[in-house]
Amino acid sequence: MEAHPPRTSLWNDPKARGIIFQALLVAVLSYLVFWIVRNTIGNLEKQNIASGFAFLDTTAGFGISQTLVSYSETSSYGRAILVGFFNTLLVAVVGIIAATILGFVIGIARLSNNWVISRLAYCYVEVIRNIPLLLQILFWYVAALRSLPSKREEPLSLFGLVDMNVFGLWGPKPIFGEGSSTAVIAFIAAIVITIFMRRWAHKRQDATGQQFPVGWTTLGLIVGLPLLALIVTGFPISFEWPVFVDTGPVFGRGFQLGVGLNIIPELVALTLALSIYTASFIAEIVRAGIQAISHGQTEASHALGLRHGPTLRLVIIPQALRVIIPPLTSQYLNLTKNSSLAVAIGYPDLVATGGTVLNQTGQAIEIIGIWMLVYLSLSLTTSGLMNWYNQRVALIER
Amino acid sequence: MKTKFLPVVLGAALGVAATGANAAKLDDVKAKGFVQCGVSQGLPGFSNPDSAGNWTGLDVDFCRAMAAAIFDDANAVKFTPLSAKERFTALQSGEIDVLSRNTTWTMSRDTQLGLNFAGVTYYDGQGFMVRKSLGVTSALELSGATVCTQTGTTTELNVADYFRANNMPYEIVAFEKNDEVVQAYDAGRCDVFTTDASGLYAERLKLTNPGDHQVLPEIISKEPLGPVVQQGDDQWFNVTKWVYFALINAEEAGVNSANVDEMKSSEDPNVKRLLGTEGAFGEAIGLSNDWAYRVVKHVGNYGEIFERNVGPDTPLGIARGLNALWSKGGIQYAPPVR
Repeated sequence: MEAHPPRTSLWNDPKARGIIFQALLVAVLSYLVFWIVRNTIGNLEKQNIASGFAFLDTTAGFGISQTLVSYSETSSYGRAILVGFFNTLLVAVVGIIAATILGFVIGIARLSNNWVISRLAYCYVEVIRNIPLLLQILFWYVAALRSLPSKREEPLSLFGLVDMNVFGLWGPKPIFGEGSSTAVIAFIAAIVITIFMRRWAHKRQDATGQQFPVGWTTLGLIVGLPLLALIVTGFPISFEWPVFVDTGPVFGRGFQLGVGLNIIPELVALTLALSIYTASFIAEIVRAGIQAISHGQTEASHALGLRHGPTLRLVIIPQALRVIIPPLTSQYLNLTKNSSLAVAIGYPDLVATGGTVLNQTGQAIEIIGIWMLVYLSLSLTTSGLMNWYNQRVALIER
Repeated sequence: MKTKFLPVVLGAALGVAATGANAAKLDDVKAKGFVQCGVSQGLPGFSNPDSAGNWTGLDVDFCRAMAAAIFDDANAVKFTPLSAKERFTALQSGEIDVLSRNTTWTMSRDTQLGLNFAGVTYYDGQGFMVRKSLGVTSALELSGATVCTQTGTTTELNVADYFRANNMPYEIVAFEKNDEVVQAYDAGRCDVFTTDASGLYAERLKLTNPGDHQVLPEIISKEPLGPVVQQGDDQWFNVTKWVYFALINAEEAGVNSANVDEMKSSEDPNVKRLLGTEGAFGEAIGLSNDWAYRVVKHVGNYGEIFERNVGPDTPLGIARGLNALWSKGGIQYAPPVR
C-alpha cells in the first residue's frame, strides 16, 4: 500500500506559507512606494512647485569652466548635466588608473627588503590614509594656487613640454588630421591580433612545451602597427602649442584661451588628491594580497626551476589577485563617489553642475533623482566589470 | 556645503512627501515662540555673525523686526545659515519661516518655486571688482578675462548674458560658497570677482589688501533683494509684507527708535494709525494693534537699519542711492496704513 502524506491545509504548508508572506511583503512595499510618489506629486502641485523633467530642455544660461562635449550658455539644462557627468567620468577614470599604478608601486615597496624604501612606503600609507580627503583636496588646490606664478608672469616650465601657472597646466594639443583614423584602426587591429596570438601561443605551449616570446611580440604589435600606419599616411597628427603673450591689452596677456591644451587647476588638484588618497588604501590591499600567499609557494616554484620573474608573474600574482580584486573594487567605487567633493574647489562635476541647475530651476527632487541614478549606474558598471574580472581570476577547482 | 546640503534637500524631499501645505504659519510661529529665519553664511552688512556670535546686518534686522512685531521681543528669532543652493529648498520644506538672505526677486523664482517675495528691502545691481594694478576702468575692457562667481545665483546668469551681449570671450570659475570665491580671487585664480555691488564692497573687506582692488562703475543688472515666504498662506505673507512697509512708513513719518514713545501721543493721524493708537490695523493681520510701535521701538525704522548696517559710517560705506525714500530721490515706497 502506498503511503500518502497526510493532506495539510495551505496555511500549514511551509512552502505555500513562505510564498504568501513574501507576496504580502512585496505588496506592502510597493504600496508604500506608490503612496510616497503620489503624495509627493500631490503636495508639489498643492504648493505650486513645478515638477517633471520638462526643464531639461530649457536654456541653461550659465557658463561652465571645463566642457568635454560642446556646450555654451545657450545650451539646455540637460546638456549642462551631461557636461557634469563627463567631467565626473574623467576624474573617475584618470583617478582610478593613477591610484592603481601608485597603489601597486607603494604596496610592493612596502614589502621591499630595503629598509629605507619599506619605511618610506609605510610612512606614506599611514600619513595619507589618516588625513581627511577634503583637507587633502583643499591642500592641493590652495597650496598649488598660492605658490604658482600668476596669469601674466613667466610660467613654470617642466622639461620644456608642459607649463604651469595659476591657470593650470598648459601643454601641446594633438590635432588629428585626415588619415589619422588609419592609425586608430591599426591600433584596434593590433589588439585583436595580440589576443589571438596569445591564445595560439598558449595552446602551442600546452601541446608541445615550446615557448613563444609573447611579451615582446605584444609590445611590437601595439606600438609598431599604429606607427607603421602613421608612416604610411605621412604623419597626419600635428601638435598645437599654447601661446604665451606678454604685450598688448592686459586681458589678452598670458596664455591665449583655446590655444593648446589647458588642464584647469581644479582638475589637477582633485585628481591628485583622489589618486594619492586612494593609492594609500590600494597599497595596503596589495600588500595584504601578496602576504596572503604562503612563502612555500615561492620556494616550491624556485625548486621547480622557475626564476624570480616568472615565479611572481605565474605563481604569486595570480593567486594574490584573488585576494586583491574584491576590496580593490570597493576602492574604485569609493574614488568615484568621493569625486563629488569637487564642489569644494569649484570643479564642475555632476554634483556641482547639477546643483547649479537645481538652484536655477528649484526642482530638487528631479535633480537628486538624476544624481542618484547616475552614481548608481556608474558604480554598478564598475562593480560589474570588476566582478567579471574577479570570476576570471578566481580559483578554478578541477 | 555637501555635508549640510544633502540633509536639507533630503529633508525637503521627505518634508514635501509627508506634509501638505500647512495653513496658519502665524499660529505655528506664535506657538513655538520664535521666528526661524534663513540667512546667508556670512555677508558683512547683510547677515554676518559679529565677534560675540550675534547675527547682525540688514537682512538679520528684518527678521528681528518680524519677531518684534509678533512677540514684542527682537531676540525671539533663530537663524539658519544657508548657501545659495540650499535656500529655496529650506523654505519650501518649512524648515525656515522666512528667507531673508540677499535673494534676488525674479519671475521664475516668484512663480515656479511655490514662493512669494514680500518686498524689496535693498535695491541692488551686479558689479565687477578687479585689481587696481590691471589698470582697467570699465567693464567693457574685460574681454578675455577669467571671472569668479558663486554658483546657483542670478549673478552667474547675468555675467554670461553680459559677456555674450557685448561679444567678449570670457572664462568662468564658479564656487559653491562665497568664501571660496573670495579666496580663489585673492589667490589670483581669476581676474574679476562679480556679485551684487553691495556684496563686492562687503567682500573686499575680506581680501588681503582691500586697497589694491577697485569696483568698476558699471552695474549690469537689476537685483531687487527681499524677504521670501512660502506660497499659500496669505496671512503670513501679509505679516511679512507689512512689517517691511511699517519700516518704510515709520521713516517717512519721522518715527524712529529714539522718539517712538513721544510719537505715541502725536496728533498726526498717519502716525496714530501706524503706531496703533487709532484703528485696529494690527488685529486685522493677526497681531496686536501696537505691532508697528514694537518694530520701531526694538529695531528702528528702515533708515536706521540701513545706516547701522551698510550706511556711510560703516566699513561698507554705501550711500542710500536707490534705497532712499521716494520722497528723497530714491525708490523705497510703501502703501499707507489706512
